[in-house]
This record gives sequence, C-alpha cells and structure tokens, in this order.
Amino acid sequence: MTDDVILQVKDLKAYFKLDEGLLKAVDGVSFDLRKGETLGIVGESGSGKSVTNLAIMRLIPSPPGRIAGGEVEFMGKDILKMSEEEVRKIRGNKISMIFQDPMTCLNPFLRISTQMVETIVLHQGLDKKAAKDKAIEMLKLAGIPAPEKRIDQYPHQFSGGMRQRVMIAMALSCEPEILIADEPTTALDVTIQAQILELINDLSARLGTAVILITHSLGVVAGMCDAICVMYAGRIVERGNADEIFADPKHPYTQGLIKSVPRLDKISTQRLYSIPGQPPNVINLPDCCPFFPRCERAMDVCKTKYPKVAELSAKRSVACWLYGEGK
Amino acid sequence: MSANSNETILEVKDLKMHFPYSTGSLWTKKKGFIYAVDGVDLSIKKGETLGLVGESGCGKSTTLRAVAQLYKPTAGSVCLKGQELTTATPAEVMKARKDMQIVFQDPYASLNPRMTTRDIVSEPMRIFTKAKILSLSKTEIDERVEQLMERVGLSRFFKNRYPHEFSGGQRQRIGIARALALKPDLMLCDEPVSALDVSIQSQILNLFKDLQEEFGLTYLFIAHDLAVIQYISNRIAVMYLGVIVELSDSAELYTKPLHPYTQALLSAAPIPDPAIERKRKRIILTGDVPSPDKRRIGCYFYDRCSKRMDKCANSVPKLRDAGGGHQVACYLYHEPA
Repeated sequence: MTDDVILQVKDLKAYFKLDEGLLKAVDGVSFDLRKGETLGIVGESGSGKSVTNLAIMRLIPSPPGRIAGGEVEFMGKDILKMSEEEVRKIRGNKISMIFQDPMTCLNPFLRISTQMVETIVLHQGLDKKAAKDKAIEMLKLAGIPAPEKRIDQYPHQFSGGMRQRVMIAMALSCEPEILIADEPTTALDVTIQAQILELINDLSARLGTAVILITHSLGVVAGMCDAICVMYAGRIVERGNADEIFADPKHPYTQGLIKSVPRLDKISTQRLYSIPGQPPNVINLPDCCPFFPRCERAMDVCKTKYPKVAELSAKRSVACWLYGEGK
Repeated sequence: MSANSNETILEVKDLKMHFPYSTGSLWTKKKGFIYAVDGVDLSIKKGETLGLVGESGCGKSTTLRAVAQLYKPTAGSVCLKGQELTTATPAEVMKARKDMQIVFQDPYASLNPRMTTRDIVSEPMRIFTKAKILSLSKTEIDERVEQLMERVGLSRFFKNRYPHEFSGGQRQRIGIARALALKPDLMLCDEPVSALDVSIQSQILNLFKDLQEEFGLTYLFIAHDLAVIQYISNRIAVMYLGVIVELSDSAELYTKPLHPYTQALLSAAPIPDPAIERKRKRIILTGDVPSPDKRRIGCYFYDRCSKRMDKCANSVPKLRDAGGGHQVACYLYHEPA
C-alpha cells in the first residue's frame, strides 16, 4: 500500500433542517483514502454512512440539507469550494458511485447503450462510435455475456445481479480515481453478492481505483476492505486497519457489533450477545456520547461530553472516553 | 431447546404451488405456470425449529404461505396436528390458524398504520372471540395485550401508540406479540429479522429463542442469511427453485454440506473476520437462478452445477437419506432410480 492520499475528508458536517429540529446526519467526519485502497464505512441505518458520501459528491439536496462545514480535498482541491461546473467534471468521471438498487439508478426508458455512451462522450470526449466500443468493452470486463447484443437492451431485461454489473461497468467506464459503492450488494442474494464483490475487487485492482464501500454487513467489510471506519449517530467512532479492528475492537459499540453477529464458522449453541436498547434518534442529539445509553462501560463523563478522538496509532483512532486523555 | 418430544406438529407432503400466468397480446398470447413450489416434503416436531434457507425466488415464502393456507396449494397435503388443511372448510382452516400464526418480514408493511399497538395486538383475540372460537372478555383481552407487550420487551405504556412511533426492531416486537396473542403452537416466521439492523437483529433472535423455551413454541423459520438460520434452527432445509435439495441437522449441514448448491451457498456467505476471509476459497457460482416457469426434466441445479454429470440432465434427483438423517437430492450420493 502506498501512502499517497487521494481523498482527504476533514471534519465534514452535513445537517438537515427538519420540522422536528436539526438533524445532524453527519457531524464531524474525517478520514483519508489512499490510492488503490478499499475503505469500508460500516454502520447501522441512520448512522450517516450514505450522507457522508453524498456530501463528498456534493449531492446533498438543499434545502433541507446543507453542508455545514469541513473540507473534502481531492487531488489538491477542496470539492466543497468548487463551482458547480467543476464538480460536474469530477462526478461520474474522477469519482463515480454505485448504489444499492440498480433499478432506480438506471433510466428504464433508455437503452443501456444510450446511458453509457452519454457518460463516456461527456467526460472523455470520444465520438459516439468509439464511446460505444468502450462501453461494450467495459460490459465485457464486468462479466456480461454477449455485450454487443445486450448493450442495446433496456434495464428491465437484466436480472438484479446483471443490472449491478451494468452499473459497475458504467461507473468504471471513465476510469475514475475513486469508486463509491453504497451498499452495492444489499439487494442481492449471497451467491450473486459473492460474484459482484469479486468483480469490484478484481476491477478496482486492475484499474487502480480506490473504493469506498458503504455497508452494514461486517462480513462484506471483512472480505473486501483494507481500512474501516465504524460510524454511529453521524460520527466515526472507530477507525483503523481491517485486521486490527476485527482482531481487537476498541470502542464498546464495535465490540458489541462484532459479538452480535451470528457466525458460520463458529457453530455454537450459546446465546448470542446483543447490544441493549435502540439506535438513537439523531434529531436534536445532545453533545454527549450518543452510545452511552446502550454502553456497558458508560461513565459519568460520557453523559456530558462527546469524547475526544484518541489517536492510538497513525491509522487507528477511537472516539471513546475509555481511551486517551479522558482515561 | 432441542426437540423435546416426538410428536409431529406439521407434516407437509409433496406440496406444490403453481401460479398460472399469461403474457403477450390477444394474438401472441402465451400461457404457462410459475412452478414456485414443486413438491416439498417437510415434517416438524413439537418444540423444534426448522430453518428454510435459499435465495430469493426459490419458493421459501410461497411454501410458508401455502402451509398457512393463504394460498390454496395446487397439490399436496398440509397436516397440522393431525388435521388435513388442504381439504378443510374455511371455518376449519380459521380454527386451525389459532394454532399457527405468522410473523412477517417487513415490520413496516405488516402493521396497519392507522391502528394503535393495542388494536394490532388484540385484533386476533377480538376476531376469534367474535367467531366464537375463543371467549374472552374486554378486560381479559386488555390484560393479555399488556402481558404480551411486556413479554416481547415493550412497555405497556406504549399501547396507545401508532406503528410509526416505533423503530424497526420495536415494530417487529409488536408483530411477534400479535402472533403470540392466540397462544399458537406453531409460528411461521417469514424472514423476521432480515429488515433489521445488526444490533437489533440479535435482540430479536434471542427473543425468539426465549419465547420458544418459555411457551414450547415450534418454528418454521425462513431466512436468507445462513448464519442466522444456523443460530436459530435445529434442522435446516435448503431450497432451490421450488424444491428442497438438502435437509439435515443444523450443525451437520454446516460442517458437512453435501449438495453442490449448499456448498456454494456456504462458501459465498461472508464471515466477519478478515484473517479467515483471506484464506477462504470461494466457490463462485456462475449465472443467475433460472426462471421457475419451465418444467424441468433434469436436476434443478444442473445449469449452475460444477459437478454435473450426464445422468443429472435426464431425471430429477429425489431427496434421499445419505446417512444419519442427512437427506440430499443429488446423484453424487445416490443413483437415479
């Protein structure tokens, strides 16, 4: 792994103003993405994983949302300060995204060819003929049989797994620096999930693309990622390299999460651990540790102040009063 | 929590559920059937959990609904506590449903948003009282609603709240309370934890286990997550394209899977440990699950199987015992009849 950081997110904040109050969906998220690295962002629904990445792409609907602060430095420039035109040149070109449900992302009225050629012509300045050849080549790379024929079909003529392959081909057609995959396999069956993850792994390695993989599945992260950020209630509670996090989780939330997943390789009849309580409502969240009501090791300080992020090593940090200065 | 008696509570024999369909215009009309469930045999003993696992479209939910008589099965028999349901009158089926309740997957879609928790949980009791199958007074029903809510981990002070005021996990608890209301023997659980977050999923799984111990419940439990199924089940049936391809003791299935499909399914399921993940060898299946709209003459898994032989194309393997009650439908383990 080289050390050149291509995306640096610093203290990113994205807030939504709702009738019920201020929703701090993302509240001070920082991480680095290195060239060719696969970074996993894990968390439960509502923890801010997807909003983080929409904010990076400047896709937060405004109003009600707004980016309330922070920096997203990509190849030396802050995306958050760019003009709309500059951002559009990056989106889909240097940074592309794939989503959970490929059917809602593909236009059902247009042939795959139209949709793919449009992107390639726009970003790479190829003519239509060359763009179509490129699109066919990408579909072939993505493992779609008979791409010359299938490219002229409509999205509904593809199965779920095949549609996700089309999305991946489309996202990688401009050879982006970064691929953001937002729950790319959640809607798919296990055997198809394995195919798609293999494909993302293989293509990103071949094209040298860095991947941000958003998922709620610890199993997917374990198999795919070099580094991991664990999110809870809009913040990163733990960050580090995948092996370290799984072998020695520090934050009580990460510990609980790993313990509460039933495992295939360890058959036991023992009772499964479960984190008590419910995920917090992030609207009008007070400035304390959001995990303290569910935490077994909660202390008095947890109820009054959000923990300082303790840097355990260069790549490892945890936001918990059990570590660092607060200890 | 193992099966504590030998009494068979549910016996399903050669269950078939075919849905007719027609496509095309007036002139190009094509008619056919979706063979959603195509000959399923199951038997569940009192107090045990039978897990049903498979990919989407393999017929798990259809099997469950045909068992519950929400669909009229095309063929086959469903026998609950000795009573045949497929030929029973609607009144008899209703009576039988007292012993057989369902928990659905989506806790958002399966609760009426205009009813309070009290109404939702009490509805089965009110309906069965009205039908004169049960005789419960209003206060009895109210008391039972409170008991049930407390039992599934909801405060009884929430009984006047509406579903939208609860989180996903809490809604699933309401769904479970409703299913428990009639004190059923058999609970049919259709992916009850698939829509829940990881930390909530384990809470609900543990709740299912506790309830089973306390009330001696029997579960037919559907999930697509193999680890979940392994945790909750005593025995597991693996379904593919409307048939059961392997059925065995839970631990045995994971340590010694026989059917090539089960092997692929297990190897595709991710394990939350990077060190193990890196060392694992995956059997990656090519292609998708074929459409269940064709009659099959050979093995249902033939197109995607890495170990297929000539004989697999010509006749459908039947579920046979491969030793110790481990049943598999594959010609690797027995010869075509």
